[in-house]
Amino acid sequence: MNKNHRVPSNRTLSAVEVKSKFGAEFRRFSLDRSKPGRFDEFYGLLQHVHRIPNVDLLVGYADVHGDLLPINNDDNYHKAISMAAPLLRLFLQRKEEADYSAFGTDTVTRKKTPAALAAVLLRPDANKKKPPIIISLPKDFRPVSSIIDVDILPETHRRVRLYKHGQEKPLGFYIRDGSSVRVTPQGLEKVPGIFISRMVPGGLADSTGLLAVNDEVLEVNGIEVSGKSLDQVTDMMIANSHNLIITVKPANQRNNVVRSSGGGSSGRSTDSNTSFYGYSTPGSMVMTPSHIIQNYEPDEESEEEEDLVIEADRGAKLFPQAGARATASTSMPALPRYEPHLDLRPSNGTMASSVSVGSLNACDRGLEGRNLEEEGTVITL
Amino acid sequence: MCDFLFSSFTQTVEHGFPNQPSALAYDPKLQLMAIGTKSGAIKIYGAPGVEMTGLHKDTAAVTQIHFLYGQGRILSLLDDNTIHLWEIVQRENRSHLVEVHSFNLPGRPGIESTSATRVTVMLLKLSCDLLALGTEGGGVHFLELPTLTLLNKSLFQDEIMQSIPEEYKCGKSLGPVESLQQHPQDSDKILIGYSRGLVVLWDLNSRHVDNLFLGKQQLESLVWERSGNSFVSSHSDGGYMVWAVSSSNPCTHDPISSTIPYGPFPCKAVNKILWRTTESGSPLVLFSGGMPRASYGDRHCLTILQDSSHVTLDFTSRVIDFFTIHCTDKDKEFDDPSALVVLLEEELVVIDLQMAGWPTVPAPYLAPLHSSAITCSCHISNVPPKLWERVISAGQQQCPLQNYENWPLCGGKNLAADPKPKELLLTGHEDGTVRFWDASGVSLKPLYKLSTANIFQTDGDHNDSLTQAGEEEWPPFRKVGCFDPYSDDPRLAIQKISVCKYSGKLVVAGTAGQVIVLVLSDEKSDHMIDVATVDLLQDREGFTWKGHDRLPPKSGSVVFAPGFQPVVLVQCMPPAAVTAVTLHAEWNLIAFGTSHGFGLFDYHRRSPVCTLHPNDSLAMEGPLSRVKSLKKSLRQSFRRIRKSRVSGKKRVVVNSPTSKVQEANAQLAEHDAEVTPVQRRIEPRSADDSLSGVVRCLCFADTFLRDGTHHGPTMWAGTNSGSVYAYALDVPSQEKFSEQSVEALLGKEIQLMHRAPVVSIAVLDGRGNPLPEPYEVSRDLAKAPDMQGSHSVLIVSEEQFKVFMLPKVSAKTKFKLTAHEGCRVRKVALSNFTSVSSEEYSENALVCLTNLGDIHVFSVPALRPQVRYDCIRKEDISGIASCVFTKTGQGFYLISPSEYERFSLSARVITEPLCRVDVERPHDLSAHRKKSHFKLYYKKKLHTMTVFTVFLIK
Repeated sequence: MNKNHRVPSNRTLSAVEVKSKFGAEFRRFSLDRSKPGRFDEFYGLLQHVHRIPNVDLLVGYADVHGDLLPINNDDNYHKAISMAAPLLRLFLQRKEEADYSAFGTDTVTRKKTPAALAAVLLRPDANKKKPPIIISLPKDFRPVSSIIDVDILPETHRRVRLYKHGQEKPLGFYIRDGSSVRVTPQGLEKVPGIFISRMVPGGLADSTGLLAVNDEVLEVNGIEVSGKSLDQVTDMMIANSHNLIITVKPANQRNNVVRSSGGGSSGRSTDSNTSFYGYSTPGSMVMTPSHIIQNYEPDEESEEEEDLVIEADRGAKLFPQAGARATASTSMPALPRYEPHLDLRPSNGTMASSVSVGSLNACDRGLEGRNLEEEGTVITL
Repeated sequence: MCDFLFSSFTQTVEHGFPNQPSALAYDPKLQLMAIGTKSGAIKIYGAPGVEMTGLHKDTAAVTQIHFLYGQGRILSLLDDNTIHLWEIVQRENRSHLVEVHSFNLPGRPGIESTSATRVTVMLLKLSCDLLALGTEGGGVHFLELPTLTLLNKSLFQDEIMQSIPEEYKCGKSLGPVESLQQHPQDSDKILIGYSRGLVVLWDLNSRHVDNLFLGKQQLESLVWERSGNSFVSSHSDGGYMVWAVSSSNPCTHDPISSTIPYGPFPCKAVNKILWRTTESGSPLVLFSGGMPRASYGDRHCLTILQDSSHVTLDFTSRVIDFFTIHCTDKDKEFDDPSALVVLLEEELVVIDLQMAGWPTVPAPYLAPLHSSAITCSCHISNVPPKLWERVISAGQQQCPLQNYENWPLCGGKNLAADPKPKELLLTGHEDGTVRFWDASGVSLKPLYKLSTANIFQTDGDHNDSLTQAGEEEWPPFRKVGCFDPYSDDPRLAIQKISVCKYSGKLVVAGTAGQVIVLVLSDEKSDHMIDVATVDLLQDREGFTWKGHDRLPPKSGSVVFAPGFQPVVLVQCMPPAAVTAVTLHAEWNLIAFGTSHGFGLFDYHRRSPVCTLHPNDSLAMEGPLSRVKSLKKSLRQSFRRIRKSRVSGKKRVVVNSPTSKVQEANAQLAEHDAEVTPVQRRIEPRSADDSLSGVVRCLCFADTFLRDGTHHGPTMWAGTNSGSVYAYALDVPSQEKFSEQSVEALLGKEIQLMHRAPVVSIAVLDGRGNPLPEPYEVSRDLAKAPDMQGSHSVLIVSEEQFKVFMLPKVSAKTKFKLTAHEGCRVRKVALSNFTSVSSEEYSENALVCLTNLGDIHVFSVPALRPQVRYDCIRKEDISGIASCVFTKTGQGFYLISPSEYERFSLSARVITEPLCRVDVERPHDLSAHRKKSHFKLYYKKKLHTMTVFTVFLIK
């Protein structure tokens, strides 16, 4: 089980390793990357491999970003196969007990053929005849930012939440020292403040349009910044960067959220104006739903900061040095070193059933770009 | 956590040598010495343990200080021309040095220049009721003491001029007053020396010139001979003259003798001269400066002359001032100096003048901590008596004179009992030495010095022999003092220290990747050192180390004096600086980390157990990416250069109307860029941050790593990128140590999501207490840890504290310091706080120093914030970096390169001075002003007052 042996074999052969999980069971098989076939065949194969011929399935896979995305048509099936590097991890669910919250609603049924899809798209008036399927629901998208707590904040302030989580895009803004004018019992007073000084074009902060240069930063994740130095505020923002909530006083006060004077103020804070970022893969017509659910939970804080723990006690083995060889003024010729024995375990259920998306995410990000095999590593949380 | 465990934060005492001293004074009656500094501090020292500090309101340099002999009062002259009177008083059961008066010499009416009234010298009459001030304008003013009221009897140059012969006047002014000296026998006469060379003996009562000495050489200083029959003047040409004083000859033209000791070539000025008579024969002449300008003009020298004996003390830093301790009894015929005290810029040197050869006397305090720059420090509390004795005896063999009984400054009484729990402070230095200090009490005493340079071949070896050979000639130089700012080889610098206080084992690690295991031995030894090279980068291809080379170890055997003797030298490859080191003497293991990974080494079998380098792991990707980022940054900077060149050319070549607008815009943009204020980028820490592979901390623990039922030895390592690696170790029992080897197995790898550098790792037992040190349990020195309840591991990153349950590594509690406060963790320690009321009750707390210089205390393992104190200025980066906590809630940090400030967070353990100085004060100002019932004493005219300071080690 030598790593050096395995890696090239995977690259040279055009086979895609598939690891499919249904319930607590795993199945492993391989597919030809160049000839993946159609989705229905693949669907049948899955049913066959898992020996569940008459069960309606919802097929999902973990993409390179660690997101759980559905496979329900040829396009996203092909996409999944082509992106698998080298392992394609599948998660099967019974349709009837499918946890729809785990990924986006099944807007496209698996019966949809590409032809039908194309027909829909090619003829703009097609949706008059067909049920509306093209417009995706908000939960099919990944949220990147939102304005929150509109009902409890003064209208001049804006509380913006930036979801850095799982994004490769930089947060992309700079802050500076400055002074602002406050109304105090003693009259107007000039006080030091923190301001946004620059937006990185194309960065997350810039793309949301909710923050702008010269906006005054009032709070970071609920903590007032007054009395804190620029460096302190910088450190606070970086420490909260996974889920950054900044309350600003926008320099431009004309785009403020206007509260309706009537009903609707529920008393609790709400996400009122979430802007979304389409997360479709270019090859696919269908929006691939991503896991966005945890971002909606109000107290996911503990979840999203989950540290990654890798148990290495089965795989990694250290060779003890054969005998005490280091004598006076001789350098050690060969030292034992940590050599990861990455056994490819067949189908013994190494993937814990309750993989949280957050951890997958982290794990995959670590793997990404290094082409390291991750088989044999147990991830628990 | 109970409140009574913490006192308010107190900064208790400063250890070491005052930074930038600028003035020196001595009180022969009270036997106290005072040192003034450029930052405006006055420090008083007496017998070991007797210390007091006062700080002027303005941070102006103290240029002169004078004791009012026997009164416990000090006069100080500051750089801003103000004079301040200080008193030693007792308040709130602690003694303070309190400023009671200040005075600013007013300018002469009509003369705008303030420099004329700038005080150059001060003379305090022995009777302590009159102060004479010499000024730059040449006038002498008189003040009444202790009220500091200006008396209307100033003496101006016009008055002197009248009695000067015409041929000496030449129409020139006499220059500033350079020296004022009271006649040793007749207290009404003072000697006034002017810069131009004229010396006048002035009678205060009759306001009349007694004698004139028409010196022609620019004057530097004056000193009386004890009898008052002659005096000595020193001059800017490097010479000194002896003048006879006789009432028969009111105007002396020539001195009895004139010598330029280091002539005939031009010499530098003799800044200060002392002339002390001895019973044994010829007088002792001591002077500073006067070295031949061309050949030794850059030396800092002090010369001692007596008959044919001539020694030129060659110091490594500037001479600030010096005095002799001699007999001041008026009935005695001779001075008979016993000691010479020299204050240098970086240290204090005391020379015994009674012993033949004038040897130096080791000082029990004011130790120059920075004799070589301090690079790290380590504190050991509760030192076992056995280790203490062995360290002291090793130190005494190094420096046999190390008893402080003949210390000449013995004023005041140290009332503190000998501190029971002994404490050691170890400082690692740039020159590869480790110094052991007695940190149990108020004065930080040097105990033992360990040098690691002698096991390596360094360039310094040759240099020494060369310089020694050159110094056989004239003048007879003698190198004195230990301040050595020049490091032979910066690779020798000590980076990390780890000690086992029970087994007397020590691990020191340095800049060139050297890790040295030393064992305390009472016998001299001559042996070879085992060298083991540990390659942290194994078969990593394409990596070339571009840093410094490793230090070549000496071949053959080396002689080691009793003390800590090296047994194994482990050389990390590449030889990057060691960033973490830890020792477990019971398991015979050391662990060390650099920026390239870490290694575990069995020093008993001299065999490496394992190494981990970046290739082996997902998260440890530092050096790889560093290479990348270096390449990237190089590329970027080249691009920038190219760009600027291109744009520069463009501006010259293109000259169309549109380009002018562009140019203007470009200039505007450039202008904008210059104006842009300081801004900070908000971006989460990325995985490929440079230096992410740096190993920040290492720890050994006997705990549950693999399952909840079997505990065993483990090793933990934390990196700069927020990764923690936990290894399960298979350590053979003591008997089988020689046969069986230690094995290590990677058990867990934790990647902190916030990726902040891991600063510290500690394992807590079932009750939430830190695990005891090696040998503590087996030798019945500590309660056994609770192995029934589940253990937990406390991981401290720069941003958060987290407690994870073991063996599952599930998060239990956490505190996000940075997210809440915006400050980052710099130093952290687990301290034990004992209650004031009951010695039985104690609690553990996490003490944390942040980058803002404040200290936070958290309960463990609940991680609830308890208290917060401001400690160090946030700008003082080196102070924050130098901070070290003790296990009992105290701490040290460097307030200057040479001084440690000691502070205490504990209500029970406080180390501060407790001393008594008996003073006699004819007019007690502070008492008179402050408290009415003191008036009674005041009327008595003379009373004895006792001043206490408190020295508590509870």
